[in-house]
Amino acid sequence: MASTWFGASVKRKEDPAFLQGKGRYIDDIHLPGMLHAAFVRSPYAHAKVGRIDKDAALTMPGVHAVLTFADLPEPVRRQTLPLLVPHPALRQPFMPHALVKDEACYVGEPVACVIADSRYLAEDAADRVEVEYQPLPAVNDCRDALGEGAPLAHAGAESNVAARFPLRVGDADRAFSGAAHVFREKIYQHRGGPFFIECRGAIAQYDAAADSYLLHVSSQGSHRLKRCMLEMFDLGDHQVRVVTPDVGGGFGPKGAFYPEYVNIAVASRLTGRPVKWIEDRRENFLTTHQERDQYWDMEIAVEGNAKIIGVRGQLIHETGAYVPWGIVLPWITATTVPGPYVIPNFKLDVVSVFTNKIQTTPVRGAGRPEAVVTMERLMDRVARELKLDRAEVRRRNFIQPGQMPYNVGIIFRDGRPVTYDSGDYPACQAAALAASDYAGFGSRQAEARKAGRHLGIGISNAVEATGLGPYEGATARIATSGKIAVYTGATPQGQSHKTTLAQIAADQLGVDYNDVTVVTADTATISLGMGTFAARTAVNAGSSVHLAAKEVAAKAKKIAAGMMECMEDDLELDGGYVRLKSAPDVRKSFAEIAVRSIGTPGFSMAGGLAPGLEHTSYFTPEQSVYSNGTHVAEVEVDIETGAVRILRFTVAHDCGRVINPLIVDGQVVGGVAHGVGNALFERMVYDENAQPLTTHFGEYLLPLATDVPHVDLVHLETPSPLNPLGVKGAGEGGTIASIAAILSAVENALEPFGVTVAEAPISPQRIVELLGEHALGRTR
Amino acid sequence: MKPAPFTYHDPRTVAEACDLLATHENARVLAGGQSLMPMMNFRVAMPDHLVDLNRVGELSYLRWEGEALCVGAMTRQRDLEFSPDVGRRCPLLREALAHVGHRQTRNRGTFGGSLCHLDPSAELVNVTALLGGTLHAASKRGTRDIAFADFAVGYMTTSLEPHELLAGVTLPLPGDGRGHAFVEFARRHGDFAIVACSALIGFDRGGRIADAAIALSGLAHAPVRPAAIEKSLRGEQPGAAAFKAAAAEAGKLDAMADAYVTTTYRQHLARVLTYRALELASARAGERANG
Amino acid sequence: MADTRNITVTVNGEAHSREVETRLTLADFLRHELNLTGTHVGCEHGVCGACTVLVGGTSARACLMLAVQCEGQEVVTVESLAAGGKLNPLQQAFQDHHGLQCGFCTPGILMTLTEFLREYPDPSEAEVRTALTGNLCRCTGYQAIVAATLDAAKRMRGGA
Repeated sequence: MASTWFGASVKRKEDPAFLQGKGRYIDDIHLPGMLHAAFVRSPYAHAKVGRIDKDAALTMPGVHAVLTFADLPEPVRRQTLPLLVPHPALRQPFMPHALVKDEACYVGEPVACVIADSRYLAEDAADRVEVEYQPLPAVNDCRDALGEGAPLAHAGAESNVAARFPLRVGDADRAFSGAAHVFREKIYQHRGGPFFIECRGAIAQYDAAADSYLLHVSSQGSHRLKRCMLEMFDLGDHQVRVVTPDVGGGFGPKGAFYPEYVNIAVASRLTGRPVKWIEDRRENFLTTHQERDQYWDMEIAVEGNAKIIGVRGQLIHETGAYVPWGIVLPWITATTVPGPYVIPNFKLDVVSVFTNKIQTTPVRGAGRPEAVVTMERLMDRVARELKLDRAEVRRRNFIQPGQMPYNVGIIFRDGRPVTYDSGDYPACQAAALAASDYAGFGSRQAEARKAGRHLGIGISNAVEATGLGPYEGATARIATSGKIAVYTGATPQGQSHKTTLAQIAADQLGVDYNDVTVVTADTATISLGMGTFAARTAVNAGSSVHLAAKEVAAKAKKIAAGMMECMEDDLELDGGYVRLKSAPDVRKSFAEIAVRSIGTPGFSMAGGLAPGLEHTSYFTPEQSVYSNGTHVAEVEVDIETGAVRILRFTVAHDCGRVINPLIVDGQVVGGVAHGVGNALFERMVYDENAQPLTTHFGEYLLPLATDVPHVDLVHLETPSPLNPLGVKGAGEGGTIASIAAILSAVENALEPFGVTVAEAPISPQRIVELLGEHALGRTR
Repeated sequence: MKPAPFTYHDPRTVAEACDLLATHENARVLAGGQSLMPMMNFRVAMPDHLVDLNRVGELSYLRWEGEALCVGAMTRQRDLEFSPDVGRRCPLLREALAHVGHRQTRNRGTFGGSLCHLDPSAELVNVTALLGGTLHAASKRGTRDIAFADFAVGYMTTSLEPHELLAGVTLPLPGDGRGHAFVEFARRHGDFAIVACSALIGFDRGGRIADAAIALSGLAHAPVRPAAIEKSLRGEQPGAAAFKAAAAEAGKLDAMADAYVTTTYRQHLARVLTYRALELASARAGERANG
Repeated sequence: MADTRNITVTVNGEAHSREVETRLTLADFLRHELNLTGTHVGCEHGVCGACTVLVGGTSARACLMLAVQCEGQEVVTVESLAAGGKLNPLQQAFQDHHGLQCGFCTPGILMTLTEFLREYPDPSEAEVRTALTGNLCRCTGYQAIVAATLDAAKRMRGGA
């Protein structure tokens, strides 16, 4: 069947409600009798917690309960929050309790939960809970944490090492010993956070009659949270329903399970009333997961012609206080390093380290931007040392399209070898260079220098594992009214699932995409789901919707053929009818067919068909599919202030077949903006006691409309052979390659002064430091 | 992040407001709320009494008295930004306002609120320092005038007594023929500057610098008027040599440091921005002299 | 004893009278007393702009105002923009250009731009970007918002 909707830039179905203030986000939900929670949180990064006096708080007006660890029910006290992705390399899988039992391990760790009539009153009472703290030495830097005699992030731990693991391809040491050139780079990449505009939040409602919980939560995956609730409370499948309403941005960390959700469920059961908790921005800075702090010490070995023969080195990755995602982040980072290049010998030793800071889990890009920064810094170094053009060095090392599928030789986090399914990396870079007028940059730069302005250009290439398994599911169902619904566990946070999944279903069912309603992220509507993260929804949910809708279409034809006494092959679907191709007026409506499909009371079902005009599919990809992209940044650096302005930004990217170009463009451009923040602005500052000093948006600088460049986009489409739609993920590529391109451009602008850039973010102050006397500019 | 409880007062006159401040302990004055409200939401500020001046009409005015601009403490930043008279008669103020926050904060934010909050980098504080403004305080005991130099006594601390409020400020206008400049370096549009520099320059008939005024923000708790540098510029031929010499001296002024910005970088910016401010102000003074 | 006041505030043309605690912010008043949940709360310290509404005709952070300060005032929120459920030109341009993704910052941005386009009916791209500096968006990278605003201005000048 030809695509009517797949590939079309149709308008989003989500928008009319959002534009009129009629979205329904977590804090927009008001349940009768609802109470509000506020948390008492550790003011210390590391402390023993002693006596908690809640008497004063309990006597405050409007206060219903104060929970401490001792007040939690037995199954909750017995265990820590579930570790979602265990791994044998994880030596010390520390996870937090729902409330601090006796030791707080980061500033903001919840110690007590206050329930009151309003958030105002709950905060008043939280201020009155008296907690005895005995401060312990805190670990604030993952390098120091590895040192002899360093304080321990967890009292009684064997060390601060969460995990160590090696990655090996070929024999790197042997390759290095025979190399023409070896270059070494030390690179630092700082933390960044999701900083969605809607903070986290949840509402728990305990139903005593059914002994069950309904949890509304601003999340990236209702089903995984349900699983966590079942395990924490030792409940049966029927006792928890999790619903995710509209979500105001997720970027990774809303996919995790947090202690607050457990507490409000406990409180709802205790008080017999629904309990809401909305994270405020201060809590968001302290307690929502962030990403990275990585220190790299890397070497690259090349032949005289710049062909890579090996890459080796060490990565110190900070996991923060706990390991909710195991070693997923450093593992993705490590396996992303090779990127689009042929690297015959590769050796990376990774250590993931505990500190007394908020835990690090995937944020948009999920460890990949760091790998790309590292690899692309090495490539620039090779070009500089060998006096070659940076694009040329990359061109000489690309995996060629004829080598696809290409086995990189390492194992990805999905347990499968990293095998690139498809892509044309040389073509992608060539397209980006052409669109950015890379060839003309030399004269632009020279012209500007005459006027005392310093322009730079930077290139980066990235390959991104997307569409990770294990699966996502979809049920397509036509009601007896003829109305079409698609249910999925995918959980959108702005990615437009309600539009794109409707487009996919509409093509199979021969209807307008507006006639397909997509219902997401309600555990009551589909039994299994993973959620939306890792640029996986188009591949997993998209394929499932395609398969489910296709089955429903086939079933509709089969039933209609019986009703109309014709051959299925003579039928087609159009506008809510199954009709004769030869005589379109001869037709049966979806409603008539759906009524027939559910049977008639007392009569036998005919034809051996399963009842219902519906089908459920779980697409289970055999491995990840690999998107790729080339970014070119052109910047101007004011050498006197260190200010960086991005003049031009070009992205050529390939995410396979595109469901909705308008939406994919938005994903890519938005991703670049996130990268601009990581490259130039976003910084979390902690003091020596691991106390966060950056706790509001006046200090944590998100890029503004005046900081983000206009992004020029070039699309390439290399369909993936690994799913029925030929799609790949698109949500993270914008971030993954952009940081490296910007750093490269800044370095290029400062080339006359011998400045090299080995850290992100790079601040104006740091640029001035690196420039030394040169920064005096005209004032010299 | 909800404010702690307080008792709210909304007086209609300065006298009423002063009465309230005289009779209540731990009272805070609420002006535009763009700084105090965030502090209350964070519970960094927890006043028992909040005296809201937004309904005190007599505190909102913009008057020209001879060669001075008189601004009420409750005059909104937006009203100054959109006043054609301010643009014409005090373009320095207009230039500074372009760096103040964002349209939503300028709509509510007041001149007096900015002065009393006294952020070390605040643009309006800088302009008041450069122009040598006089602040008018009111209390139940009457009014008193405070020279700007005596107003800023410490980090975000003014010399206003707890029972006093700021009623307005008088800004002497730069004389005819002065060139002005307001330049700053902030990380993003609308952020408080790391360092800001404003300057006024007048030429003598021979085209030499007759007088120069400079105010540097971001080095200390309040804008610095480097008297020695100002003096050293007098009689100099305007141009790179004079600006460089002045800039080099500005780069040697004491500067504070915090968790984000070093002393060295602030001093460096002081040097760079002094040069830029002098250059721009001189160019404008030259245009005025010739125009 | 909580400090309370009786206030009457006109929101989107309709007068609402309530007894409120004086510390209640305008944002919480709109959302939780009047159930006008289109005004979003993103930071409660006046930076993100998600709570931007018009008070007395000019844009303001609803998290930095107290409900009591709006006694007798006119407040306009995002819920007023689509008269009769038909998207206005600015809203329509946002949909056409994909100027929103998660939609959370959108109401504040629409209110900011409603004021801005009144003052700048024929803005440049640079003016639009400057006007947007008081609103954070983490999804779009602003590009589609800028395009939508320029297009909306054009449509509005054309009387569309």
